[in-house]
Amino acid sequence: MTWFVTPFTDNTFMMRALLAGVLVSLLCAVAGTFVVLRGLAFIGDALAHGVLPGVAGALLLGAPGIVGAAVGSAVMIVGVSAITHRTRLSSDTAIGLLFVGMLALGVIIVSRSNSFNGDIIRILFGEILGIDSSDLLLLLGATVVIAALAVVFARPFLLLCFDPEQADVAGFRASRYHVVMLAMVATTVVVSFQAVGTLLVFGMLIAPAGAGALLARRVTAMMAWAAGLGAASVYIGLLLSYHFDLAAGASIVFVTVCMFFVVLTAQVIRTANSPGTSAASA
Amino acid sequence: MSAAVECAHLSVGYGQHAVVEGIDVVLEPGQALALVGTNGSGKSTLLKTIMGLIDPIAGTCRVLGGQPGTQHARVAYLGQAHPSRSVLPLQALDVVKMGRYASLGLLRRAGARDRTLVRDALEQMGIGHLATAPLRSLSGGQQQRVFLAQVAAREGDLLVLDEPTAGLDLSGAAAYHDLVSKALARGASVVTATHDIADAQTCDQVVLLAGRIVAQGTPQQVLTADHLLDAFGIVLQSVEHQSHRDLIITELPHAHDHEHGHEHDQGHRHD
Repeated sequence: MTWFVTPFTDNTFMMRALLAGVLVSLLCAVAGTFVVLRGLAFIGDALAHGVLPGVAGALLLGAPGIVGAAVGSAVMIVGVSAITHRTRLSSDTAIGLLFVGMLALGVIIVSRSNSFNGDIIRILFGEILGIDSSDLLLLLGATVVIAALAVVFARPFLLLCFDPEQADVAGFRASRYHVVMLAMVATTVVVSFQAVGTLLVFGMLIAPAGAGALLARRVTAMMAWAAGLGAASVYIGLLLSYHFDLAAGASIVFVTVCMFFVVLTAQVIRTANSPGTSAASA
Repeated sequence: MSAAVECAHLSVGYGQHAVVEGIDVVLEPGQALALVGTNGSGKSTLLKTIMGLIDPIAGTCRVLGGQPGTQHARVAYLGQAHPSRSVLPLQALDVVKMGRYASLGLLRRAGARDRTLVRDALEQMGIGHLATAPLRSLSGGQQQRVFLAQVAAREGDLLVLDEPTAGLDLSGAAAYHDLVSKALARGASVVTATHDIADAQTCDQVVLLAGRIVAQGTPQQVLTADHLLDAFGIVLQSVEHQSHRDLIITELPHAHDHEHGHEHDQGHRHD
């Protein structure tokens, strides 16, 4: 029993990491559910990577990294919207262009500085074991705000995922709520990157929500599954990291992705063994 | 009382590319209008313009006395199926409840009347027993019933329906006709885009489209052999009975192009 509990009870940094990870799981469960349902995985990935030049630029100027991340994600959203609306290009082309451009700009900024080596690793993979009280408060505040947004905008968000035309017809302008949804995803990425890094936050957005989509029959249940699986991944990942001296952020995300494949495998087996399937194939 | 739909010199299309021009329609409350035409003839484009989903290229369109897309709670719309609809983790009941969102807005809780309308809509389309079934587990026809129940739950003054009978079996089609009859009886108006000539014959007005207006008026004026030959390239013969009229397809397009001559293909529809 001590193997499972003492790492957290004996070490304040582990308890803070667990709390931060659970809050990131809740945030990513809410935002990730809409990312999966609305088919925003590519822009979610692009946002997670596109914040790099913002963070790097902020650190270069001595500003907080989170401010740079917010600027980077805002540039990404405005840029994608502008290209999509002013050209005949599809949104994934616009996302791809900005994604690569922002990533390249981030690397250029980093390459111009000799003092970034440690910082860049922290930006990409996070530093969940270095979370302090102010980080926890920020994550808690963001979780409350994102959850409140999800409740207030539940109807337009659901219609948007179901059929954007139906959102417009019901009086919820689809283009406006699409931007609100993107801003929600961007906020999640920005406040989560300190814990799990810009590269790994994408995994937390997609994997638990993807598993939730396989398990749930309703959207609220999908969110609950995503939150539960995400939080369990944080606990298991931190435990493995502590006992086997592994990178904490990467361990968490790796466990999350493994959980998705466990759920997927179980679903495939269950479907194959269900009476309806046997009868259909007989 | 304002007309349900009033279009004058209306041109509809995408960007500056007009699909149909010169549309003049007045649909009064309690009336039904059918748009009949070939694929790509502009039926769906006109419906989207009426719904305010795309702007007119020229002319004017007023819906229930206002601009299109402004009377959200009073207009119900069944569009062509969006691909993401059937993969979401939703129960049939959740989808029908969406029909009340325009009236409820962002935060108002559903009341007893909303719940009654949703329940009645499910029953009306014969899917009360499927209320808690996952949407993705339903067949195409069952899903179409769910989407029609969503339209019924809106209880709008104008129903705008794009191919509403697509995928429906006989009982589903009967439930749909009952839905339309009840809507018309309470003074609502109905605009449908349909390939079903029998459906169109039951409407007050018909507009026959083929990238232009081929004919417009009552079903008797529009659904004639000459007009249908002009629009579809098929030869029909009208057979009058005491209670109804049969339209018999006597010749399919390019029938004479076949290498070997055929007897005239025959099929028929009746109202």
